[in-house]
Amino acid sequence: MAKLIYDETGRLLFTEEMKKEYTLLMPQMLPVHFSMMQRCLELHGYQVDMLTTNHRAIVDTGLKYVHNDTCYPALLVIGQLIEAVQSGKYDPHKVGLLITQTGGGCRASNYIHLLRKALARAGLEYIPVVSVNLSGLDKNPGFRLSLSLIRQLIFSMMYGDLIVQIANQCRPYEVDPGATDALIETWINRLVSGFEAGKGLKFSAMVQNFDAIAADFKALPQAGEPKIRVGVVGEIYIKYAPLGNNNLEAFLLSEGAEPVVPGLTDFIIFKIYNRDVDVDLYGGKWIKQKVVRIFKRYVEKCQHAMIAAIERSGFRAPEPFESLHQRVKGYLGDGNKMGEGWLLTAEMLELIHSGTNNIVCTQPFGCLPNHVVGKGMIRRLKDDYPTSNIVAIDYDPGATKINQENRIKLMLANAKRNPGHFAPAAPVETVPQKKSVAV
Amino acid sequence: MSLKIGIDIGSTTVKVVVLDEENQVLFRSYERHFSQVREKTCEILKRISDQLAGKDVHLVITGSAGLGVAKASGLDFVQEVYATAAAVNLYVPDADAVIELGGEDAKIIFFQGALEERMNGSCAGGTGAFIDQMATLMNVSVNELDKLSLQHEKIYPIASRCGVFAKSDIQPILNQGGRREDVAASILQAVVDQTVAGLTQGRELKGKIVFLGGPLTFLMGLRERFVQTLHLDGEHAVFPENSDCFAAIGAALCASDYQVRPFDELFTLLQQTVTLSGTTDTLPSLFQSEEEYHAFLERHNATHPPKVDIHTYEGPAYLGIDAGSTTTKMVLITPDGGILYQYYSSNQGNPVSIVHDQLVELYRQCGNRIIICGSAVTGYGEDLIRNAFRCDTGLVETVAHLNAARHFAPDVDFIIDIGGQDMKCFKIRGGAVDSILLNEACSSGCGSFVETFSKALGYHIADFSKLGLFVEHPVNLGSRCTVFMNSSVKQAQKEGASVADISAGLSISVVKNAIYKVIRAASADDLGKHIVVQGGTFLNDAVLRSFEMEIGRNVTRPTIAGLMGAFGAALSAKELGLSRSSLLSGEELDAFTHTAKPTSCGLCTNHCALTVNTFEGGRRYISGNRCQRPLGKEKSNMPNLYQYKYQKLRALSGKGEGNGLRGKIGIPFGLNMYENLPFWYAFFTKLNFEVVLSPESSRSLCRKGQYTIPSDTVCYPAKLLHGHLEALLDEQVPVIFYPCLPYNFDEGRGDNHYNCPVVAYYPELLAANVSRLRETRFLNPYFGLHRPRDFKKRADAYFETEFHIPPKEVHAAADAAYAAYAAYRADIRREGQAYIDYARKHQKKILVLAGRPYHIDPEINHGIDELITSFDFVLLTEDAVDYHMEKAPRKVLNQWTYHARMYDAARYVCTQKDMQLVQLVSFGCGIDAITSDEVREILEQGDKLYTQLKIDDINNLGAVKIRIRSLIAAIEAREWEQQPQ
Repeated sequence: MAKLIYDETGRLLFTEEMKKEYTLLMPQMLPVHFSMMQRCLELHGYQVDMLTTNHRAIVDTGLKYVHNDTCYPALLVIGQLIEAVQSGKYDPHKVGLLITQTGGGCRASNYIHLLRKALARAGLEYIPVVSVNLSGLDKNPGFRLSLSLIRQLIFSMMYGDLIVQIANQCRPYEVDPGATDALIETWINRLVSGFEAGKGLKFSAMVQNFDAIAADFKALPQAGEPKIRVGVVGEIYIKYAPLGNNNLEAFLLSEGAEPVVPGLTDFIIFKIYNRDVDVDLYGGKWIKQKVVRIFKRYVEKCQHAMIAAIERSGFRAPEPFESLHQRVKGYLGDGNKMGEGWLLTAEMLELIHSGTNNIVCTQPFGCLPNHVVGKGMIRRLKDDYPTSNIVAIDYDPGATKINQENRIKLMLANAKRNPGHFAPAAPVETVPQKKSVAV
Repeated sequence: MSLKIGIDIGSTTVKVVVLDEENQVLFRSYERHFSQVREKTCEILKRISDQLAGKDVHLVITGSAGLGVAKASGLDFVQEVYATAAAVNLYVPDADAVIELGGEDAKIIFFQGALEERMNGSCAGGTGAFIDQMATLMNVSVNELDKLSLQHEKIYPIASRCGVFAKSDIQPILNQGGRREDVAASILQAVVDQTVAGLTQGRELKGKIVFLGGPLTFLMGLRERFVQTLHLDGEHAVFPENSDCFAAIGAALCASDYQVRPFDELFTLLQQTVTLSGTTDTLPSLFQSEEEYHAFLERHNATHPPKVDIHTYEGPAYLGIDAGSTTTKMVLITPDGGILYQYYSSNQGNPVSIVHDQLVELYRQCGNRIIICGSAVTGYGEDLIRNAFRCDTGLVETVAHLNAARHFAPDVDFIIDIGGQDMKCFKIRGGAVDSILLNEACSSGCGSFVETFSKALGYHIADFSKLGLFVEHPVNLGSRCTVFMNSSVKQAQKEGASVADISAGLSISVVKNAIYKVIRAASADDLGKHIVVQGGTFLNDAVLRSFEMEIGRNVTRPTIAGLMGAFGAALSAKELGLSRSSLLSGEELDAFTHTAKPTSCGLCTNHCALTVNTFEGGRRYISGNRCQRPLGKEKSNMPNLYQYKYQKLRALSGKGEGNGLRGKIGIPFGLNMYENLPFWYAFFTKLNFEVVLSPESSRSLCRKGQYTIPSDTVCYPAKLLHGHLEALLDEQVPVIFYPCLPYNFDEGRGDNHYNCPVVAYYPELLAANVSRLRETRFLNPYFGLHRPRDFKKRADAYFETEFHIPPKEVHAAADAAYAAYAAYRADIRREGQAYIDYARKHQKKILVLAGRPYHIDPEINHGIDELITSFDFVLLTEDAVDYHMEKAPRKVLNQWTYHARMYDAARYVCTQKDMQLVQLVSFGCGIDAITSDEVREILEQGDKLYTQLKIDDINNLGAVKIRIRSLIAAIEAREWEQQPQ
């Protein structure tokens, strides 16, 4: 059995020994991306289990160990991890928990601290918590984000975004039910085996793979009239995780709609860009800004390649980060960075401009940043784009599916009535410019 | 052409409409379904099946509970708002807007311009079900409530967001003798405010408005409130025929878009679904067998006080009265705790007359044999009852309950009391109340909820709860607040759960709510070893059983669980050691009269809604006051740093030392513009602007701006900003300055120095939602004040572009601003130290009321500061003491400047013997979910008591008073214990 070793602040460390003996449990946020990332971690010698459980006990466990007014994603993620540990499926003395840590002024940056508090309350303080972050916080001797791992994770994100974008355009029209998901599985396996052999991790190889993936999906037999497209935006966990949003995508599909879910890459670039703009707004070291910009440019280059591949294949492609950034000018300032910040509004604008006027804006009940960037912007968007059709849905342990579905159905009823639902919404007027008046 | 059938299945009613080819209504029905959704629908259809049999029809289902039925039966479904719009288009084609209230939904549809539809969010419960609940609370039928409201003289402000909030506003008014007519009208007004505030979200309600739905069809008082609030005349307020069935009519109209099918086939489909059983999440049953239940009863019935016959007993006796929020309880005991007389009843909105009648009866039974030697009152109505009947003493509920619990279980270490409206839990350490947990205004999942629900389902509460004892699969309804519970129940019904399953589920959810939401316990050991449960709700065996099952431990429930407060009060009365109580005598009772008159206090800007109670012979008791002044006494003159700070900040308007030549600049007084005001005031006056500060916050100011609030769950301090902007716009200031500040000053005491997301970005929300801002120049730039040199650079550029001010001037103004801010902070610390010195010189206790800078706003804290000083505390703010502590690591990410101060203030208080800390928490502040646990931990480790006060737009200080008084009682108990014997 691995020895429990603590650092000078009393934090339990994940040791080299544990790496060999322990299974790391990780929550799932984006099914495709995270299963690739899980496999990447395994390639680097970690035993990893991604939790895909989805039942009431998760919420109950969360309610028991986390302050009930804490945001719903924290309650779910922590509830899911602890419920898994207590389920009897694992030896509690041989598991570690993996959680991402972002930072920023939103309360979500407290997840890892809340998880440790919850473990203590549950009498499980001997379970090490491993923070996955790029800021070098909370280091562990047994867990290291090596350059090769980081590279694989970034490539997983790019591949994941591409696959999800085009798969979402296939699934509603597939002739053989399940064919799209089967193809996703095939490609995940092929890509990860490639990683193992050191393939597909160069930019040029990635572009080739992009084209190959897109061609395969294009070749899937499809049929049917174009369906009503519904965009999904919101707080990152609730937006993506089926556990968080009560299987929103499946519900939309069952209602005969085509879900459009903006990718993860924009969020990553957004978080990188925040560090850049902070220097402009409040001052800071130019060298830091320089490094950040290099990193940003690299991810943007990957994104451009992905978009180009989607366009070549004839699928509908998303806009690049820079164009989202342009769209939000006049709505929110560059400094609006907590949570999803201005990106959330920008995604709604992108959706509206690309002809997806119908949008579900998801958020945990009482989500602080979304008061401003989600619900707070709907009025303006409706003024500027009268045909936009946005519904804000709150998620929390007490909200019932029936209430949520009823509201989404109202949005869908409006969508069906609107004859122009495939045409990009035209703005009524240009954004009024602020006048500068001499005093 | 075929007939068209529309079926609207709502949360409480089923509406069925049949239209002919000309859209004439052939049949209509509106009936309550008492949760028997499918059965009721089939029953109604059966009635008309003779006429429809063999015909082809269009049939469409709509409504919130209809979705499940449609899915299960494979029938067509249209969303109900959509259906309503279709009906309105036909019958009132020139309508501008529709307001529809249903059992649990509220909807507004706008027709002018782009068609827009709004439904209440999942948090907004104030609708038909809300009116039902309120009527139950007042012990009248809904129709009686409606009639009462038409005779109102005044309207009380009642929180209009959700039912639970409104309840806690109404209760004290009723208890303090407010007129029922006025309360009834106020309830309906709350529904109106809720609809208008919650659903318009920036769109004005004007033009021709159509009112629909059951409540608006049947309740004339509600109609009147809407018409008056929206200033409508007869032409613009339309109450159409069949307005209670519009959604069903609309569904029938939409039905022609769907396939024609034989009626018999459709009816069969619907009938078949009746027997379908759902797949709802279920829980283990409460009792496996009758034997188990009997053993359980036997164990609990063993804890009971001796019964003494009042008709034969001679000697002294002690009276305890518990004037609770919904019920009045009285006990008369012998010196050894034997019960001579007991009384438990709903107070039916007028506790005074109930207590009066009971006293008369009591005197009659006592005759000359029994002498009442002491009397004590506890509970919400304590002051009123005590004054009305001249009782000897009053005590806070928590202490009363502790007295009683210890009588039955001397080593009790945890008490939980669930009453009709409130829940009190406290730990006992060293014989004194150690930490108190009261249910926050948002989670009152208490007894009255189960009761209201049982009534709604057509059962008496006792029968209803028995139903659940032996069911195999109680429904899992979660542990959230009651308003959400309504939807959970709806969902369970949809999935086919029986009334018995729901009954058991409700009992379990009350318990879960208590354990996980209020107590926040992870295990039984978090509570204690000797747990006493009390309060009327625990007389419900289903609740008691689920409590024991949930914590996995047996507890003590005295048979007088519902009377424990009164029993404890009686024990206190005994402790007084009097030879005769000062209670009104029999003759005085005969002459007793009581009238209550509502009035508004005019002594300050708070304008408290007072109730003046007059008793015979001109004795008076005034309630509803927040300070002592309406009672003819002076305001407490204990040092109060909240007021000092507030007055200091309010003074910051005008030209200052500048000449004002650059014109006026408006600053909204809210959120970060509390503490940063000294900074910006110095900055702008130095630049020769004249600073126009928005007026003091008030309820009416908030109402003025509420039509532009996009998110109804945001905190009250943020909501107030909308009113502040409207006020500045009314003053026609040419510029309004309100910057976005993601970062606060770096005080070096945490891991980072953010503002919370709402404080940081609210200016952008205002810019997007307050359309009137186009009338002026609204400047909301991003700035960081934490790096003075960089701030100057950015400010130079910004103010040069915006106002053509030379950078040199901006530089100097920035210097002055930083100096002014530092001076302000230093002054608060100096003043705070002076208060501490005063307290120590005069041997006063010190209380640090820790919140955020904007909590000093009297409209936000509702006068809690004055309440505290009236209890003889010297009051400090967190920023007057935090600086004493060095930076120390915390277990949570300590990254918000304002919150970091609270941690350090708490740490400092732990080092000071004569200081206590009370934390103020805004409802809806997600960050406080993190800070409150941490502050509690700091204080408990430092052997201090933790008290939290949650504040919202509610004006009622009742719960606050309980906490403060319990805190005082606990401090005294501790001091007493530490004294050398």
